[in-house]
Amino acid sequence: MDIFLTYLKVFAVGGLICAICQIIIDKTKLTPSRILVGLVTLGVILSAMGIYKPFAEFAQAGATVPLMGFGHSLFQGVLKGIKEKGLLGILTGGVTATAAGIAAAVFFGYINALIFSSKSKK
Amino acid sequence: MNRMTEEQKRYNEYVEEKAPKSHIVQDCIRAFWVGGVICCVGQLISQLLMLIPDMIEENALNWSSVILVFLGALLTGVGLYSYIGKYAGAGSIVPITGFSNSIVASAIEFKQEGLVMGVGSKLFTVAGPVLVYGISASIIAGLIYYIVGLF
Repeated sequence: MDIFLTYLKVFAVGGLICAICQIIIDKTKLTPSRILVGLVTLGVILSAMGIYKPFAEFAQAGATVPLMGFGHSLFQGVLKGIKEKGLLGILTGGVTATAAGIAAAVFFGYINALIFSSKSKK
Repeated sequence: MNRMTEEQKRYNEYVEEKAPKSHIVQDCIRAFWVGGVICCVGQLISQLLMLIPDMIEENALNWSSVILVFLGALLTGVGLYSYIGKYAGAGSIVPITGFSNSIVASAIEFKQEGLVMGVGSKLFTVAGPVLVYGISASIIAGLIYYIVGLF
């Protein structure tokens, strides 16, 4: 029952974030890249205001899988960096915490682009 | 010519009046359930990873992002993600799989421009702005946090 409730929260929160972004796309014709940039920046701001951490504890993957979670990880990394290295940590913390995701995106992106060709041009 | 544009204007007004409402509701339902399912997949992956002995939550979350990024890139490569995107809209863009989709899609699209200025450069068409704004915002927020903490 507990696990069902967890997945219900993940599904509802993750879905709601996507639905809100869909309304924004339909109403404003913002391009996907602007949406992604906005989500990351918003994630950083909400994380810095201390809102995103309790939100992520509540909604788990519903909060961390949307790209706002990437912004949240960036700022949490900065916090950790400040604790460990002081001022330098502001520069090292964010990228350190998100290194796995960034490296994976670049590497898998590169490999897949090498292997596959555009489907529409066949 | 003038009449054409006027007719077009009227037609556009008509379309805007009629189309968006039903579209928005349908678009939202699709974005909601597909986005929700992708988040549940992420939850499932990290919960399965936590079954591995000595796995800590932070690493499980990182692994789960890596796997989702991989899946998004692979599904884009084989051409399935564009179908999901057409159906789900924001439901496919907002999750981290959408981030890797946009990376691979633009790299593949410009493949014929070469491996360096095509693939290498266009990988960052979307990833670039996301990293620029994400990292810059986190540094500014970190600076504010640091300065406030001094007092």
